[in-house]
Amino acid sequence: MKISESLFVAENICLAPIDHEKDAEIESRWTHDAEYMRLLSLEPALPLSAAQLKKRYEKIEKEQDEKKNLFYFTVRMRPDDRLVGFARLYWIEWSNAGGFVQLGIGDPNDRQHGYGTQVLRLLLRYAFDELNLYRLTALIPEYNPLALHLFSKAGFVEEVRRRKALNRDGRRWDLLHLGILHEEWDALQAGPK
Amino acid sequence: MNGNLFRGELVRLTAEEPELLGKTFSSWDRDSEFRRLLDDEPPCLWSAKKIKEWFEKDSYEGDESGLSFCIRTLQEDCLIGFIGLWDIEWSHGDAEVGIGIGDRERWGKGYGTDAMRVILRYGFTELNLERITLGVFGYNGRAIRSYEKAGFTVEGRMRQALYRDGSRVDIVFMGILRHEWQALNGERRED
Repeated sequence: MKISESLFVAENICLAPIDHEKDAEIESRWTHDAEYMRLLSLEPALPLSAAQLKKRYEKIEKEQDEKKNLFYFTVRMRPDDRLVGFARLYWIEWSNAGGFVQLGIGDPNDRQHGYGTQVLRLLLRYAFDELNLYRLTALIPEYNPLALHLFSKAGFVEEVRRRKALNRDGRRWDLLHLGILHEEWDALQAGPK
Repeated sequence: MNGNLFRGELVRLTAEEPELLGKTFSSWDRDSEFRRLLDDEPPCLWSAKKIKEWFEKDSYEGDESGLSFCIRTLQEDCLIGFIGLWDIEWSHGDAEVGIGIGDRERWGKGYGTDAMRVILRYGFTELNLERITLGVFGYNGRAIRSYEKAGFTVEGRMRQALYRDGSRVDIVFMGILRHEWQALNGERRED
């Protein structure tokens, strides 16, 4: 990698800051899609208003500014900057050089186009080559095979299987911790020998 | 009904006054080995006053995502540590348990295992959890054996997640499901 190669720009999408004026209305629509919310989070799914999301954006930027353990990005299409998702590196522990990673593509029509793969590639480079982290973890519910595929393809491996940790639709599912180490990511960058 | 929900064979779970908690925790924390077995963050030394203020602010009734107890020996009525359930996911019935025996003279004598058995019973019969989770550092073999005795199974390892004394160490994740706990405890509902 070279310094001239952007940390924030991929083929079709880019990582960008929050737009406090325009993003909330779009993201509010996504939160009314219960399937999206349940794929993304263990918390009970809940629709959020634009006003609630604007407050959340304030909180995110405050946390990022004060605690220095969160890096939050919006995901936008190139070149028109249309909002399509979000991505974050969070719970960063500097002394152990570890962190967690999460991303979401909000509109179902924007999924299955490879945007998630591009976002994850940018996030891994940011985590390993800029933050100099040693490892990353992703928490994925067993019922989200697309996310499992996305993270596995990027080099993550299953490390922990919390048996029956989730209860959704009257059935219990495992919660998986997937992890990747800096040296594993390095080896993937070098390509097949 | 079990009227002795807070009592085990060696210890009981209690609530203590912030004044005593401040003094006791502040002195325990000066033992860096204790802190490094307990927590993955760099150990800090806080005053008794500061810790007391945290307890005054945080440990009130009705905190929905966590609850904690102190551990006292039955024999001498000594305060030796603490145990709690945190990050309770009510909709899924999962919680994380954490335990610390601050008084190192009490390590390796069964107090922690007994306290763990008491809080498992509390989690499964009072909170009606479906499972209980914990994370433990790879270099803490004594704790891992204690958790296995209490009924936990290893569910995986976060590889090299901890960096201490120049070495990278795994964080081991363990869990126990409600039916596993019931099998170990023979469904003694009517005693």
